[in-house]
Amino acid sequence: MNAANANTHANTRAKEDGGAPGTASAGRLEQALRLALDEDALERCMRCGFCQSACPTFRVTGLEAASPRGRIALMKAAYDGFMAADSDFVGQMELCLGCRACEPACPAGVPYGRLIEQAREAIAKGRKQPLRARLAGKILMEGVIARHGVLRGAGRVLRLYQRSGLRAAAHRLGVLRALPPHVREMEASLPEASGRGVIREWLRRGLPARWETDDQGRRLLVVPAEGERAARVGMFRGCVMDVLFLSTNVNTIRLLRAAGFEVVIPEGQKCCGALHAHAGRSAFARRLAADNAAVFRAAGVDWVVSNAGGCGAHLKEYDHVLHGTPSADDGAWLSSRVKDVSELLAESGRPLRLANGAPLVATCQDSCHLRNVMRVKRQPRELMQRVPGLVLREMRDADLCCGSAGIYNVLQPEMSAALLDRKMEQVKATGADVVVTANPGCLLQMRWGIRRAGLEGRVKAVHLVDLLAERLE
Amino acid sequence: MLEEPVRRRLMDILGPQGFRDDEQTRVSYSYDATPAYRTKPAGVVFPEATWQVSEIMKVCSEYRIPVVTRGAGSNLCAGTVPGEGELVMVMTRMNRLLEIDCENLTATVQPGLNTKAFHEEVERAGLFYPPDPSSMVICTLGGNIALGSGGLRGLKYGTTKDYVLGLEAVLPNGDVIRTGGKLVKDVAGYDLTRLLVGSGGTLAIITEATLRLVPKPPFRLSMVAVYGDLYGAARSVSSIIAARIIPCTLEFMDQATIRVVEDFARVGLPADAKAILAIEQDGEEEQVRRDLNLISYICRNEGALEVRVAERPEEGEKIMAARRSALAALSRLRPTTILEDATVPRSKIADMVLAIQRIARKYDVQICTFGHAGDGNLHPTALTDARDAEEMQRVERAFEEIFEEAIRLGGTITGEHGVGQVKAPYLEWKAGAAGVELMKRIKQAFDPLGLLNPGKMFAETRKRVVVRR
Ligand SMILES: Cc1cc2nc3c(=O)[nH]c(=O)nc-3n(C[C@H](O)[C@H](O)[C@H](O)COP(=O)(O)OP(=O)(O)OC[C@H]3O[C@@H](n4cnc5c(N)ncnc54)[C@H](O)[C@@H]3O)c2cc1C
Ligand code: SF4
Ligand code: SF4
Repeated sequence: MNAANANTHANTRAKEDGGAPGTASAGRLEQALRLALDEDALERCMRCGFCQSACPTFRVTGLEAASPRGRIALMKAAYDGFMAADSDFVGQMELCLGCRACEPACPAGVPYGRLIEQAREAIAKGRKQPLRARLAGKILMEGVIARHGVLRGAGRVLRLYQRSGLRAAAHRLGVLRALPPHVREMEASLPEASGRGVIREWLRRGLPARWETDDQGRRLLVVPAEGERAARVGMFRGCVMDVLFLSTNVNTIRLLRAAGFEVVIPEGQKCCGALHAHAGRSAFARRLAADNAAVFRAAGVDWVVSNAGGCGAHLKEYDHVLHGTPSADDGAWLSSRVKDVSELLAESGRPLRLANGAPLVATCQDSCHLRNVMRVKRQPRELMQRVPGLVLREMRDADLCCGSAGIYNVLQPEMSAALLDRKMEQVKATGADVVVTANPGCLLQMRWGIRRAGLEGRVKAVHLVDLLAERLE
Repeated sequence: MLEEPVRRRLMDILGPQGFRDDEQTRVSYSYDATPAYRTKPAGVVFPEATWQVSEIMKVCSEYRIPVVTRGAGSNLCAGTVPGEGELVMVMTRMNRLLEIDCENLTATVQPGLNTKAFHEEVERAGLFYPPDPSSMVICTLGGNIALGSGGLRGLKYGTTKDYVLGLEAVLPNGDVIRTGGKLVKDVAGYDLTRLLVGSGGTLAIITEATLRLVPKPPFRLSMVAVYGDLYGAARSVSSIIAARIIPCTLEFMDQATIRVVEDFARVGLPADAKAILAIEQDGEEEQVRRDLNLISYICRNEGALEVRVAERPEEGEKIMAARRSALAALSRLRPTTILEDATVPRSKIADMVLAIQRIARKYDVQICTFGHAGDGNLHPTALTDARDAEEMQRVERAFEEIFEEAIRLGGTITGEHGVGQVKAPYLEWKAGAAGVELMKRIKQAFDPLGLLNPGKMFAETRKRVVVRR
């Protein structure tokens, strides 16, 4: 046992190689990293490597640096001056999908998700970006994605584009050729957008609902349960869900009602803030979190239900997001109350009555954050198996990220496509007619994958909620 | 940095994807699973075929560049931590399963194949490869062979060394040798196969291996026995073996470990228990049940407070999962976890565990002990903080004394983790001065230029020999 000597040894080397930590010789990014990274979390990694086989980017590249253990080692090296945080370092942090498959695999409980967020935050701060790029990022992140109204407005424009023949014209004229090929491919698999939002849509359909107000005078749409009320649940509508998957949101309410839940949709809810937090905009993400936590708490609900794994997982971490802020208490409350719609439907409420239908072979693609952060994996499968005539055929590596990962597929097209193509091979091998997912990003990616693999017309991708709602009696 | 001609020649051999020496790559191959060791290599190569390994070694011989062979980098002896100016050779692109031969019951593999993936393929063919290091999800067969790795099933089935039938390896000068083969009997010349097993990458680079397989046992079941004193548990181990029963696993946890595991996993282990044995048997169902009945009887006889046999195999999984969670649970307590593997003859387990506990108290460090009781391979695990130099020194002194004690009891400084850099200073304690001298001459014969894994196995500074057996 010579670890003590080795330690001093390693430190000496570290100084020789990289300049003493925190000194003037360390660059902007190194200093930002020193401030942002949680040293105890870095130290907690014992470098056993148990996380590696769970990591999609490691599976594709086989490179240590592209593995969770490697990324943590790079962070630590940049943190303590063993390496300069150069552009390769930044590139490696950006190549991480943030799928967090490494967390359940880690015996030491290293909070990898937190570390990568901190590293990205430091990168966002420490990097000198051209003003224009910074501004564009800010407008997109804070002005569009976070604002439900604006996003719905964008949805309306998108719908107009899709409907008006402009899309067809654009395709004819080859305008889209100006876009990078992967964006062009993705554009083609976008579902029809809507600018209406779930509240207006529900009311437009003349379905049962009433308005309530919370103690701050904020409006809540309340949809009564069918039959005896099992619980009162708040619905988190999501930004992307509400624009691109409006009918899934409507179906979510239908299922919850049928299972005996009273569904409350607070009008004042915002974007969950996941994209902002992952992109290193933590202050803004905290503001969104504080607002959401307060709004749902005031709505007097037993549970907060999400139908998008990505959002649900972020809501689940509000305790951490809001730790040490005046809203800490609300954050902890929300974390303990948030559930995925599949958890509620599988575990509480009345069992759904589902009608017979044509025989169907289905396979399930885990949504990463649903599985790795919310740790929900069994419930969607249980619900699928309750559909009469459905045969569940598991694909290999169902727990491996499909490459969607928020806006990763736009930023890292190569890795994303590599993962997607592997995924489609596994889907094909099951012979399934339907791929079932529980997150909008995954769903879009699956549809794109089906196109890429030439499986259109043979394989469909659906959200679990829509699969169930179609059979609702 | 490597000289330009060297870089160019390596790139000629390997292509642009096969050689890297950017900062990021060098940092990411500067460590393995050993706490607190880290040095950047000069470059990293990723060969995909034996001929490339051979050509690389020719270049390295010409320019006198030392080479560290690396599998998955999961070893705990700093066996793959390079020295400055050295080249790391990563074997994971040579990861094909070349053949499963159901007639001869052998498998032929490339060294970079992951151990767990190999297990799955073999079991799909209805066969069985017993060596099961806990690090199976990450480690490679090449690493297992180079360190002679053991596992939970070592007692009944032996360790990696008992399953290697033949090897292809590249010598430091680039020559390719083949040893052994699909033969059960082979006495032509020295047994070079056995010599390379456990050589820790210091003699040759393994590029292919032929491994022995056995039929897959049809049934397995587990049980636990809880003890109020250590000797009861230790006596049970001896009595079980004396009764001519060889369980496939026979795992041990001491009180400190039990408490931590229970806190973490909540599986209902009694916190006041002094020791627990987790036992698993495999074979024909009837025989397995008969064995476990007899073992239960023996355990009770030796003073077990409680004996629980799983009703169904799945239940047994839970018991073994609790044992396997030991390291996970321990590693959450303090920032740095140092896992050691002092090993003693089976009959000395209780003495060794008590000695470890005494030594831990003496140096005021937290050491929990668990391990493979069946073969005396214990894992005293120190929970500490590598940033605290003073505490680390106490940990080091405690381990030194633990190794001493192990040798005194007729044991060894490492049962399965290997010597590498960490244990090199202690090698003489186990092998003796003449033994180490002979080993050095063997090394000299294989590697006259000292290119393969320098600084491993043989230390520049030896620890004073304080005990004699
Ligand atoms: C949490 C944990 C649990 C563990 N449990 C066990 C256990 O139960 N039993 C056990 O025995 N070990 C265990 N280990 C230690 C380690 O996993 C094993 O020693 C394993 O065999 C190392 O395999 P690897 O592929 O990671 O090799 P590496 O760590 O990459 O290399 C190990 C050694 O082998 C050499 N080497 C690698 N490949 C070759 C090759 N092709 N030719 C020549 N030399 C080569 C290297 O130079 C090095 O000296 C554990 C480690 C961890 C972190
Ligand atoms: S599994 Fe956890 S402790 Fe092990 S290397 Fe990965 S992050 Fe580190
Ligand atoms: S988050 Fe996903 S991609 Fe990133 S290191 Fe973890 S497993 Fe790999």
